[in-house]
Amino acid sequence: MFDPMGAPPALWHNGPTPGGFYNFPAIQTRPSEPITHSKSPVTTATSVIALAYDKGVVIAGDLLASYGSLARYKNCPRILKVNENILLGASGDYADFQYIKSFIEQKIIDEECIGDNIKLKPKSLYCWLTRVMYQRRSKFDPFWNNIIVAGIQDGEPFLGQVDKLGTAYTDRAICTGYAAHIVLPIIRDFLDKNPNPTQAEAKALVLKCMEVLYYRDARSFSKFQIGIMDKEAGSSIEGPLTCEENWEIALVAKN
Amino acid sequence: MFRNQYDSDVTVWSPQGRLHQVEYAMEAVNLGSATVGLKCKDYAAVIALKRASSELSAYQKKIIPIDDHIGIAISGLTADARILSRYMRNECLNYKYSLDTHMPLNRLISMLGNKMQLCTQRYDRRPFGVGLLVAGYDENGAHIYQTCPSANFYDCKAMSIGARSQSARTYLEKHLDELGPCSLEELIKHGLRALRDTLPPEVDLNTKNVSIGYVGKDIKFKILEEGETAPYLALIEGEERRGGGAAAAEIEAQPADPLRGDRPEGDDPQDPVPTVAMDTTE
Repeated sequence: MFDPMGAPPALWHNGPTPGGFYNFPAIQTRPSEPITHSKSPVTTATSVIALAYDKGVVIAGDLLASYGSLARYKNCPRILKVNENILLGASGDYADFQYIKSFIEQKIIDEECIGDNIKLKPKSLYCWLTRVMYQRRSKFDPFWNNIIVAGIQDGEPFLGQVDKLGTAYTDRAICTGYAAHIVLPIIRDFLDKNPNPTQAEAKALVLKCMEVLYYRDARSFSKFQIGIMDKEAGSSIEGPLTCEENWEIALVAKN
Repeated sequence: MFRNQYDSDVTVWSPQGRLHQVEYAMEAVNLGSATVGLKCKDYAAVIALKRASSELSAYQKKIIPIDDHIGIAISGLTADARILSRYMRNECLNYKYSLDTHMPLNRLISMLGNKMQLCTQRYDRRPFGVGLLVAGYDENGAHIYQTCPSANFYDCKAMSIGARSQSARTYLEKHLDELGPCSLEELIKHGLRALRDTLPPEVDLNTKNVSIGYVGKDIKFKILEEGETAPYLALIEGEERRGGGAAAAEIEAQPADPLRGDRPEGDDPQDPVPTVAMDTTE
């Protein structure tokens, strides 16, 4: 009760010091942490194999997307036909691949809208992806992929690879991921002996390599796709194909 | 000076549906000296007549290289042309940086057209007072494009813009069938003859006032100036001159552009003043 005779109540209490800053009770302000989701991939796809033969290119990759060592999704295609000139394959983060795929498809649509009959060429896409990947790595937010661009330009087969840092190179045979260690020597050995393989030979070699990968790479899968682009026969993506598996040999293997 | 109540700025329509400021800008092109652009199957060339502003000054440059495969010849305000050429160079470089190939002509020209169009639809801008003849070679072959201050652009077989250019167009129209299969040398000769037809009888082409630019299959855009043009000038020396003088002046009065087949009939309503040579309503 108000006591007319007593001292008056404090005019301002439980509040901030006059002139001082007030901290609202339930809010904690901390310096924001840097983003970390770009430091490692989440849903990953393993190796892609690509090989140029005399009149075209062959490219293959399996259908598995993993959570670390967990074989999570078993129907994730990652060989893409960009247009009549270009096939593309990617390993690494599957979500990043899907995003890259969406804006490549948009680029093709934009190009058709111009309507000048000028089609994207493999070297152009390879160069452009190099720029995109480098730009993203410079923002410390890389697309966590190795991308292989395969195709035919001016009648010559073309293969190029871009990694998550924007480092790029071209070669007659390119493998990403584990295949770069275990399959590329097989392909190079083959090319030393047979520098100009036919389409059938190249395809047989790639099938063999997919089998080797399936036995040796713990993140691989028996179902895969194979894309072929030929100067004369055009392009196709075959699959899902299945590796023949025989684990009896595991008993014999010592290392 | 022409003047009427509907030309106060570029966004004001006349009751006849015309934009007078844009049409005045089109006239600026006719003030520049003549340039001719023409192409055959594998080559495109631009030939320009240079002027010196005084006896003490050098002849003003009329042909500007854009990229290895594109060059432009200008007619109108040189300063405006510089801005456009900088833009075109930039676009070509960006295209090459991101896609590792030369920029196709039609893509460059449509971007340029969009840039120029902005100036015809904003009250705080003025149209570019320059016309360009763009010569280039890309995977679709040789091209000649004409651009106007009205932001229209045309894919041409051959074209001429600038002062007294009607005589050159008449020449080109007459020889259009010969252009298709001809060689680069023949092409340049046709261009020089067309350009010579724009001159008054007392003047002739010489190494000082002509520059030649060409581009084509397996050759980068190259500009010939001064002494380098002499061999080509020699090729047409002594030939009988057509058009020239009074006849040319008579033709000049006709507003038609015979090299553009798709023009609509020109009986649209006219304002009392001014009569402008080119229609911008395409």
